[in-house]
Amino acid sequence: MLDIECAGAEVEETIKRIQSQKGVQGIIIVNAEGIPIKSTLDNSSTVQYAGNVHQLLMKARGMVRDIDPQNDLTFLRVRSKKNEIMIAPDKDYFLIVIQNPTE
Amino acid sequence: MTAITLYIFSLKMQAPNVNSHQKAAVAKGVKDEEEGLDTAEGEEWMQGKTLVKPPDQLDLTEAELNEEITRVLKASNPNAPQNVVRYSFKEGCYKPIVFVDQMAIHFELEGNLVHKESDEGRRLMAKQAEVDDGGGVERPDNVAIKAAKREQKLTNQFNFNERASQTLNNTPRDISCQTEPPPRANFSATANQWEIYDFYVEELQRREKSKEKHEGQFLNKEEDKSKKKMIQNDDISQLAKVVKIIERMVNQNIFDDVAQDFMYFEDASDEFRGEKGTLLPLWTFQYDKAKSLSVTALCWNHKYNDLFAVGLGSHEFTQQGGGMLLFYTLKNPSYPEFIFNTASGVMCLDIHEHLSYLVAVGLYDGCVAVYNLKKKTDQPIYNSRASSGKHTSAVMQVKWQKDDLDSNHNFISVSADGRLVSWTLVKHELVFTEIIKLPVIDTIPDDLKDVIPTVGTSLDFHKQKDYSFLVGTEHGKIHKGSKYYSSKFLEKYDAHFMNVTRVKWNPFHPDVFISCGWDWMVKIWDQTMKSPVFTFELKTSVTDVAWAPYSSTVFAAVTTDGKVHVFDLNINKYEALCQQKVVSKKTKLFNIEFNPVHPIIIVGDDRGHVTSLKLSPNLRKKPKVGDALILCIVIEHLNILTLDENVLEPH
Repeated sequence: MLDIECAGAEVEETIKRIQSQKGVQGIIIVNAEGIPIKSTLDNSSTVQYAGNVHQLLMKARGMVRDIDPQNDLTFLRVRSKKNEIMIAPDKDYFLIVIQNPTE
Repeated sequence: MTAITLYIFSLKMQAPNVNSHQKAAVAKGVKDEEEGLDTAEGEEWMQGKTLVKPPDQLDLTEAELNEEITRVLKASNPNAPQNVVRYSFKEGCYKPIVFVDQMAIHFELEGNLVHKESDEGRRLMAKQAEVDDGGGVERPDNVAIKAAKREQKLTNQFNFNERASQTLNNTPRDISCQTEPPPRANFSATANQWEIYDFYVEELQRREKSKEKHEGQFLNKEEDKSKKKMIQNDDISQLAKVVKIIERMVNQNIFDDVAQDFMYFEDASDEFRGEKGTLLPLWTFQYDKAKSLSVTALCWNHKYNDLFAVGLGSHEFTQQGGGMLLFYTLKNPSYPEFIFNTASGVMCLDIHEHLSYLVAVGLYDGCVAVYNLKKKTDQPIYNSRASSGKHTSAVMQVKWQKDDLDSNHNFISVSADGRLVSWTLVKHELVFTEIIKLPVIDTIPDDLKDVIPTVGTSLDFHKQKDYSFLVGTEHGKIHKGSKYYSSKFLEKYDAHFMNVTRVKWNPFHPDVFISCGWDWMVKIWDQTMKSPVFTFELKTSVTDVAWAPYSSTVFAAVTTDGKVHVFDLNINKYEALCQQKVVSKKTKLFNIEFNPVHPIIIVGDDRGHVTSLKLSPNLRKKPKVGDALILCIVIEHLNILTLDENVLEPH
């Protein structure tokens, strides 16, 4: 029981650390239904990111697992001209981090 | 059926008068006769003889009386209609019908005679026969027989009356009731190959769990409790792994150039530099809360080659405070993976070779502790704090040993109180066994020998013959001992004038070891010889030295002036291939370690920072001949040529 409480606090701490890293523009945590539960960006951007990323993630994951069912998606990076969107899926949640690496 | 009918026949009469008279008379006579029958029969007889003229008779002339009137009897029915007209649809008008039925029925009687050959006759005869037969039997039987033979009963086809009665029909009403529809939900799912696979995996896990449950039912309650808590939390604690991955990804982006260098950069200018090589600084690992502490120990993890442990404490006697044990990974340079706080400064640490989650730590206050990285707690799983036999002074080196006969893990520590102690992890305790006590040097007067210990500063076990070990002391001596001899040391080498900071066996050559000390020297020894094979002077106190894992002739040393010196005896026996300052001024370097796999080294300094450096290609030359062999050759060569030189005092 203690472990789970500690884990929650650890996760919060890690998220804060990520937020403070160089070039990180925002972090969004989205649950399995595509609803963002935590975000450091404004509401409209959050919703936009969450909706679009969700579909992309499902597609990517489906593709990986289709090719080999024992495989699973670890993370997805989408590098664009302006920034990089990093998506890491979990069983019930997924995390989106937007970073500008060249800053 | 017969019908009797009377026909009227035509009669012709001869004498009209007479006829008429007779007729009248006859008529009258008949009348009279009829009447007369009642009154007197005698009058009849008289009437035939005399003519009696009735009073109301018609008076006719004789001509008229003689007229012949023909009376005709016809076979036509006077009552039948003579002018029947029927409407003809064909011609659209009424047409007289010529032939009219002339039959007049006077009397009709239906008889009950049946021809015996006809159907009905036969039936009746059969019935009659039955009735005669069954006359004497009882009534119920009768009924039964009758019932049995009922199929023979026929209805009268000609004289059948259908009786029907109409009952009251209730007015029909429509009654309907509607139930609530069953709750419906739309369900859709996709059945991919991987969804099926997932399901099978889950099923397997469930079955295994149920097997476990059978074995230990206590787990059930705990699991339930923890599950409840998890549901309540809604959330993010599950994300621990994912967040870790993201953090590493972010760091990878930030330190992208460094990561690229680490993997791929090979300094091309090494070709033009001759023998010399360089060290390329990669990441710097630092932790906020460790600012005031100095790095005292470094160790790479053998299983996970990107993980290393840093022990933080203080070398100064006067500046003792808390200590820390940190674990960093190259994948995340910005924050340590594991953080442990210790009560006093960490002086040394060692990671178990096979069970890479077990870490033995020696502290400044003489305690030894063992941490288990798999557990989430901050506390060591074993601690020698309270137990007896703990060292009375700082523990300078710990080394894991192979599991003993009872397959308990054990490690050996050397401390400043001059004792070598073996600690065994038995269940929840650390059991100590004293191995040997370091000999006291001769300069101390006899009566103080028991009191003033010889500070052991370094310890190393032979790679192959792990009972053989070397201990370096504060006085500059190196003692070779064996685990099997607890009273005496096998050999003693006069190594340095001052503190021996490190002594290490060569990983390839079985007889060679290296030592370094505060007397600015690095010496390479062959254990069979009393004097060193090589001696190098590095102009400042040498704090650490390490052999390279890829070559038997390469080693590196760090000094208190912040320089790293890399030597390759195969290439140059007298000079370092690289002498590079890697930290800012006035920072002392205390530790150096080679990564077992990657061509990088980490150095720890007194600011609590750990710097990683990449070795340039010139420093990484692997010998073409076998590893140990090359060193042998080198040593042999040297021995033959310069035997006397080594005996001289180093300058």
